[in-house]
Amino acid sequence: MTPADLYLLAPEISMVGLAVLVVVLDLTVGSKRLLGAVAVIGLALPAALTIMLWGEVSGWWSLLDRMPGEVAGHSIPGVYGTFSVDHFALFFKLMFTGIAALVILASTGAAGRIQRLKGEYYALILTSATGMMLLATATELITLYIALELSALPMVALVALTGEARSTEAGIKLLLLGALSSAVLLYGMVLTFGFTGTTHLAEIATAVSSMATEGGEPFGGPLMLVAVVLIVAGFGFKIAVVPFQMWVPDVYEGAPTPITAYLSVASKAAGFAVLLRVFHTAFGSMEMDWSLLFAGIAAASMTIGNLVAVAQSNIKRMLGYSTIAHAGYILVGLAAVASRTGDDLGIGANTLLFYLVGYAFTNLATFFAVIAITNKTGNEAISGFAGMGRRAPLLALVLAVGLISLTGIPPTVGFMAKLFIFSAAVKADLAWLALVGLVNSVVSAYYYLRVVRSMYLAPPESEERITAPPALKFAVGLTALGVLALGIWPQALLSVAELAGLALRP
Amino acid sequence: VLTATVFLPLAGALFIAAFLRGSQARLFAAAIAIADLALAAAVFASYDATVGGFQLADLHAGWIRLLGGDFIRYSLAVDGLSAPLVLLAGLLGVAAIFSSWSIDHDHKGYFAWLLILQTAVMGVFAAQDFILFFIFWELELVPMFFLISGWGSGRKEYSAMKFVSFTFGGSAFMLVGILALFFSPGVGTFDMMRLAQMDLSSLVLPSQVVFALFAIAFLVKLPVWPVHTWLPDAHTDAPTAVSVMLAGVLLKMGGYGLIRINVSMFPDVAQSASLFLAVLAAISILYGAMVTMRQTDLKRLVAFSSISHMGYVLLGISSVGAVGAASAVGLTGAAMQMFSHGAITGLLFVMVGLVYDKTHTRHIPDLGGLASRMPFVTVLFVVAGLASLGLPTTSGFVAELLVFLGAFPVHGFLTTLGVIGVLLTAGYILWTLQRTLFGPTLPRWAELRDASPVEAVAPVLLVTAIMVVGLYPAIITDVFGAAMESLVTQRFVGLLP
Repeated sequence: MTPADLYLLAPEISMVGLAVLVVVLDLTVGSKRLLGAVAVIGLALPAALTIMLWGEVSGWWSLLDRMPGEVAGHSIPGVYGTFSVDHFALFFKLMFTGIAALVILASTGAAGRIQRLKGEYYALILTSATGMMLLATATELITLYIALELSALPMVALVALTGEARSTEAGIKLLLLGALSSAVLLYGMVLTFGFTGTTHLAEIATAVSSMATEGGEPFGGPLMLVAVVLIVAGFGFKIAVVPFQMWVPDVYEGAPTPITAYLSVASKAAGFAVLLRVFHTAFGSMEMDWSLLFAGIAAASMTIGNLVAVAQSNIKRMLGYSTIAHAGYILVGLAAVASRTGDDLGIGANTLLFYLVGYAFTNLATFFAVIAITNKTGNEAISGFAGMGRRAPLLALVLAVGLISLTGIPPTVGFMAKLFIFSAAVKADLAWLALVGLVNSVVSAYYYLRVVRSMYLAPPESEERITAPPALKFAVGLTALGVLALGIWPQALLSVAELAGLALRP
Repeated sequence: VLTATVFLPLAGALFIAAFLRGSQARLFAAAIAIADLALAAAVFASYDATVGGFQLADLHAGWIRLLGGDFIRYSLAVDGLSAPLVLLAGLLGVAAIFSSWSIDHDHKGYFAWLLILQTAVMGVFAAQDFILFFIFWELELVPMFFLISGWGSGRKEYSAMKFVSFTFGGSAFMLVGILALFFSPGVGTFDMMRLAQMDLSSLVLPSQVVFALFAIAFLVKLPVWPVHTWLPDAHTDAPTAVSVMLAGVLLKMGGYGLIRINVSMFPDVAQSASLFLAVLAAISILYGAMVTMRQTDLKRLVAFSSISHMGYVLLGISSVGAVGAASAVGLTGAAMQMFSHGAITGLLFVMVGLVYDKTHTRHIPDLGGLASRMPFVTVLFVVAGLASLGLPTTSGFVAELLVFLGAFPVHGFLTTLGVIGVLLTAGYILWTLQRTLFGPTLPRWAELRDASPVEAVAPVLLVTAIMVVGLYPAIITDVFGAAMESLVTQRFVGLLP
């Protein structure tokens, strides 16, 4: 560890520091209201440090001694090359910081047992976010694995935190299946290490590319294929795609709703970050082989997620299946790799990054509105949303905007995200996959709009008005604004995503 | 001007949603719609047909830069095909607002959605960038869904969902088509004006497939047999004004798309597909007309007659199988039929809505002898009916004549079948008028009152439009005709049939 490494890891370090501070404050001061404010405002520090590093990477300023000849826009390796600070990693770090802030903001008004557990609750969210940030930045398999566990274990605790029966059950499920998938992932990593003799992604890439050229077979032979499949299975659990999605509905239903939102957005984005990193960096030379694998998973995930979602009557379960479908849409971006497009523009990754951010805004807006409403009604059935258009006009409007964005209808970011990602698919000669995705959107319209319909058209159960605490209202408003703003003017985010995607290219 | 024309209703809708309530919203919406009609008329008037091409362009070149390729533009412009349709949308926008005067709940939401719908349809006709076109196309779903399911009747939720599923499903194919065009070597643009000049024979997908992807979306919207089933349901359960907009403008989006994209961009494929299109057209005309005969619900009746009438649009389009003058005439006829059917069917739905408001039934056997109680309504209803069956001096006559003139040289037999459709139309229209309006005055309708001045606004406006175009068709046909002629000379001459 050199001072430079400390600087490069500053966002993560400050995040852990914040978590510790929250716990200490919880023990000494004891004002629960203060904790939320400290956590949210404190997150400005990691965000600021991330932006500072962005400037460092872009070459706007230079606090580090640069190697002679090093150019701006490149990655800066740290701690013996186990991680790299580049636009891609920083993009995700900023995103995780933002999501953590929003989730904490939304949790301040959450009902039930969470009220009494604020200190550890916030600290766990922050720790998990730290793990995700490390995950996005790691370029070495062991670091990556540790980061993965760091992000996953606090999540298990968060899911089980309320101590209610179904919440505990969800926690156990997540823990056991998570451990299983970690083991599978580890096995894949071990095999990879066995073939290549290294755990550094860049060196794996060199070894693999010679392997791919030697044998004409896919993945350079059956053993490497096994390794790749095991790694896909491990990460597939994290991003919740078919056939590794079994845990989703139960865990999503059992977890406290803010944590469901956190899982569906941050945890998923972290999974995609590491998938992009590993497959583009280490297995980049086998693009043609794995892109079809992901295309198949994407098609299955979209189709099954949407079809099962149609049959749900609990809104959290429905949104759970909807996240499986969306993981499928997002995977389309991974399948649309550069070598399929015929030029060196890696558009798939760019559109994937755009989709992740758009999806984060959309899903958070949707979940926050659901939190605000179910806090009061205590009813998670879709029929419980009847008449919300009258009982809570603004919340219902936000929920409608969120669901319309999930469907992919303009003028929301969901439309733009789908437009971009399916563009990438068509460009990559995967028009069939785009068509599968679009037909799936039509199916999804059915169950998303069903909720909208029930909110505006069904008679309310009671006339009591529903209001939300100011912090939650703020979070709801902010995310909804993001959904619309990015739907009308997506260019700024798209440019940033392009810059981040650039970092993945050798 | 175009940007203002397209977005004025949206601005009005936002204002209503934010500040107004109840009957204020109604008055304000009417004012906005009238102002928008004035703007649309200004657009139409300032379009110079003798110069031709695209005019009044509003262009913002760099909206979204897609994947390091070309920009998605904010680009609005009108040509001879879209200028009259923008006017039509303005006209029916006013008619729709005034025929919703009797909406009984939640004025604010209703009029806001209605105005948003107007922005979406005008945008479809004015957009000259493919993605913008697609955005407007999809945007129209949201207000339609809310309007039908919120203010409709009967199985309104089922119908609203069916409408959304069909259109959304069709547009999924269209989006793949748009993207396949964009990513084909040597194309790389969403600019519809440039695409209509390009040779699009070698694409990433066979051009027949791309043609089919677009055709599916537009044929569903038109609609033709056998993908028409959403239309009667949507019409029957929608509130009057929404039926007016749906029949009057939304269906035209399908015909417009066929001419603007399928015919203009893929002339050779359109030519080889013309027989297929003509067969679909003939089936739609005859099937629509025959099913219409059997209807006992006034609204359903008008809805099925729409299917039959939109068949003429497709028949006109299918005249591209010929080369030269005939296909220009046929295409002009198709465009005319879109305009005229918009006004006529809009009027029919307004009249049905009026009758329903007064009598609270749309069941034909329950009606009868309304003429003596409602002479004004009767006169207008009869005018609408006669226009619908294509009586000379109404716009319907001009349009159908042009369609037959254009299509006959190419598809003689199928056109003859189409002419039989006119006979059937005359049959069901006259029979319907007779059963509802004439005959002995039924005692239960003795208390009915004629239309009030407010209720008269929409029908009088539409009758005026129908008669003006019927008596002096050149104001519209010159504009359509010039555009279609230049389309044919630019894209079709040199292609062998």
